[in-house]
Amino acid sequence: MNEDKLKVFLDGVQRYFRQLRLEDIVISTPYIAENQNPIASDYTGIIGVSGVRKGIVYFSSPKDLLVQILKAMNESDHSEENLIDLVGEVANTIAGNARTEFGQEFDISIPIMVKGVPDNIYLPPMERSFVIPIEWCGYRAALVVCIRQPVA
Amino acid sequence: MFKLMIVDDSNIIRSRIQRIYDSDEFILVGTAGNGAQAIERFETYQPDVITMDITMPEIDGIECIKAIVAKDKEVRILVVSALSDKSTGIKALSYGASGFLCKPFTDEELNEALNELVNDLK
Repeated sequence: MNEDKLKVFLDGVQRYFRQLRLEDIVISTPYIAENQNPIASDYTGIIGVSGVRKGIVYFSSPKDLLVQILKAMNESDHSEENLIDLVGEVANTIAGNARTEFGQEFDISIPIMVKGVPDNIYLPPMERSFVIPIEWCGYRAALVVCIRQPVA
Repeated sequence: MFKLMIVDDSNIIRSRIQRIYDSDEFILVGTAGNGAQAIERFETYQPDVITMDITMPEIDGIECIKAIVAKDKEVRILVVSALSDKSTGIKALSYGASGFLCKPFTDEELNEALNELVNDLK
């Protein structure tokens, strides 16, 4: 994926946190990371991408940030079940919004949610991912995008 | 008062819609966590209005809209989905949905979209 296509994911992250009115959230400059050691936090929501473009998009977050998001939604149930649900929903929303740029051939799976550092994030080891860092009160989450260029 | 049914595979989205809809206009009659449940529960709940996710396990929202509209052409369906491309919205509308609200949404946007859906019935 070209860097210019990253903007749609950056916009998606910004839109998601803006509608929650989480004013202390800081979305930092994206960077490129090697795939050998995938970035992961307490909970991770993974979306598979198929169609013309193939790869994965995932959102990984510490528990405290997820609790803050639930509070912003006026959700008082901060159970494990809801934290797992939320991390999948964030990933699904941001990946789904990328269809604005990529159209319906950007086919996304239902989310797979994982607690703890996942060993089943399949990132092609020879490729690299874009990481969009999201920070709140010292906690760091990230949206990670690893999508191959469509074959011409 | 309009009978409302919420269809979404996310528990927090179902709860969120349940918390923020305008309770003077709508009464919640039931929820479903996927398309298959929604089709099954539709006849029991007989809702006037449905909020419908698209990306769901088993039967997705598009197939669910087709099946429900085949049973009741009068039901109003508001698609509430993250899939933001025009063709998904057009497809949903062509199968009988009445409106489209893109996730993420604010409380105001949801209530506005629901009220717009039933404006001509008031």
